[in-house]
Amino acid sequence: MTAGASPVEDELYREIILDHWRNPRYRGHVDPADVTVEGYNPLCGDEVLLTMRMHDGSVEEIAFDGHGCSISRASASMMCEGVAGRSVADATELGRRFKAMMLEGGTADDLGDLEALQGVARIPLRIKCAVLPWNALLEGLQRGGGTVTTEEGPQS
Amino acid sequence: MSISVPPRTTARGMLSVAPGFDVEAVRADFPILQRRVGDRPLVYLDSAATSQKPVQVLDAVERYYRESNSNVHRGAHTLGNEATELFEGARRRVAAFIDADPRGLVFTRNATESLNLVASSYARELLRPGDRIVLTLMEHHSNLVPWQLAAERAGLDLAFIGLTAEGRLDMEVAERLLSEPTRLLAVTHQSNVLGTVNPIRELADLAHRCGALIAVDACQSVPHMPVSVRELDVDFLAFSGHKACGPMGGGVLWARPELLERMPPFLGGGSMIQRVELDRSTWAEVPAKFEAGTPDVAGAHGLAAACDYLDAVGRDRIHAHEQALTGHLLEVLDEAGVDIQGPRTLVERGGAVSFTMGEIHPHDIATILDREGVAIRAGHHCCQPLMRHLGTPATARASVYLYTTHAEIDALGAGLLEVGRILGPPGPRR
Repeated sequence: MTAGASPVEDELYREIILDHWRNPRYRGHVDPADVTVEGYNPLCGDEVLLTMRMHDGSVEEIAFDGHGCSISRASASMMCEGVAGRSVADATELGRRFKAMMLEGGTADDLGDLEALQGVARIPLRIKCAVLPWNALLEGLQRGGGTVTTEEGPQS
Repeated sequence: MSISVPPRTTARGMLSVAPGFDVEAVRADFPILQRRVGDRPLVYLDSAATSQKPVQVLDAVERYYRESNSNVHRGAHTLGNEATELFEGARRRVAAFIDADPRGLVFTRNATESLNLVASSYARELLRPGDRIVLTLMEHHSNLVPWQLAAERAGLDLAFIGLTAEGRLDMEVAERLLSEPTRLLAVTHQSNVLGTVNPIRELADLAHRCGALIAVDACQSVPHMPVSVRELDVDFLAFSGHKACGPMGGGVLWARPELLERMPPFLGGGSMIQRVELDRSTWAEVPAKFEAGTPDVAGAHGLAAACDYLDAVGRDRIHAHEQALTGHLLEVLDEAGVDIQGPRTLVERGGAVSFTMGEIHPHDIATILDREGVAIRAGHHCCQPLMRHLGTPATARASVYLYTTHAEIDALGAGLLEVGRILGPPGPRR
């Protein structure tokens, strides 16, 4: 956190987002990993690599790597913080609620730090940045690995 | 159909440093430049993606639909004749704009379709397994993927000219590759990412000497400087009308007419046939052979009006204005401490300038600039192999056109300060 931060917070670049961007948590690789998922945004070329080790129906360890904007990195960092040690069912539910907030204007109640990303939902072109790591997470939890993209249609 | 452009005299020449060029008078022709983004005036620095349209072009399109709309090359009524004359007149006008034989000018939907036409009807159909196509590392996906498709289907080889540290074609590699058996060189005239202007005439000579043809992606050059297919001695040239003040949905392919005659059709349907039997057909003369279905008559007419407009302003003067702007842009970016990707001097360089800002992602740069009213492009610019070469997933890109002012470049500089304030290294805030 910055000493002397401006009293009025930036509506998009909230301090908590900037903090996760500058000091990402859970960055790296789980090795060995039970689950490896690549997330890819063909619009901008951003990539996230998510690795997890599962134990007894829970996310025992999780880490992310790749390159992306402040929003996608902060989202991935907060996501890992939110699901580490949680059961697959809890992690899946968190992912569902986060995506509902971003994509369907759902409420941000009880999402903790993740609520800071609500400002992104007002910028349609940036929503995909925030959602990309979560698509990777849900893919990994449901199918045990693979590749996801932010797009289903054709890209330039 | 000719659009007259009033003489440009005004007391306000302050912002233009190119002699004889009055940017404020030009701006008055572009209605969209009056709008605001949020509470800020629009600063449009994304003309390399698409240009804005002058009222002369908007009027031409509207007048076509109000007064002459009809299908072309069919029927004998007055409107049909008018529309056909406008369409064929547009073909002659656009051909003249690039100093070309109008028999080789095909209207397409966009430059991507133009290049796909050549890749399909020339490379895939007329080349043989093992034949080689030479490309470069700075090509837009539209001048890369069509050749990949053709290569896969026809068993062709692809080879690539690399880049120098400054972001120019490595001409030693070009000379080596083009001294070996090659059938086609496909190359951009001006990189949409680096701004590099490639030596097309020199490359055409090298290609022809080894028996190859040359196809040029001129999307970033035709709008900004005089381009002559005769002087460049090229065989195929593609560009998009919408980057040259024309309507969206209009692209151009120019090809040597004798090549078009040898090439089989790209799309089949109405207008491109001579005689149709149940089991076979014969083709119309070129260029109609490559224009299946109802064309975008209004778009072609609008592009002709854009050619009139750009020539009335003067492409030499536009180029001089853009060179002055690009020099200022390079200075402002340098002062902002960003990393310019591509040539840092005005030598053989156009007004699309890409840059990166260390750890700050280009999307964040673009989002913050947008809040200041400044529109730039961020991303891979449909050049993923080039991004990999540059070692970055994306760049930010500012690009200028005839209506851009020095003050707008300064607004970009101020916006970059804001980017640094929000996303720069932590520390006491300014």
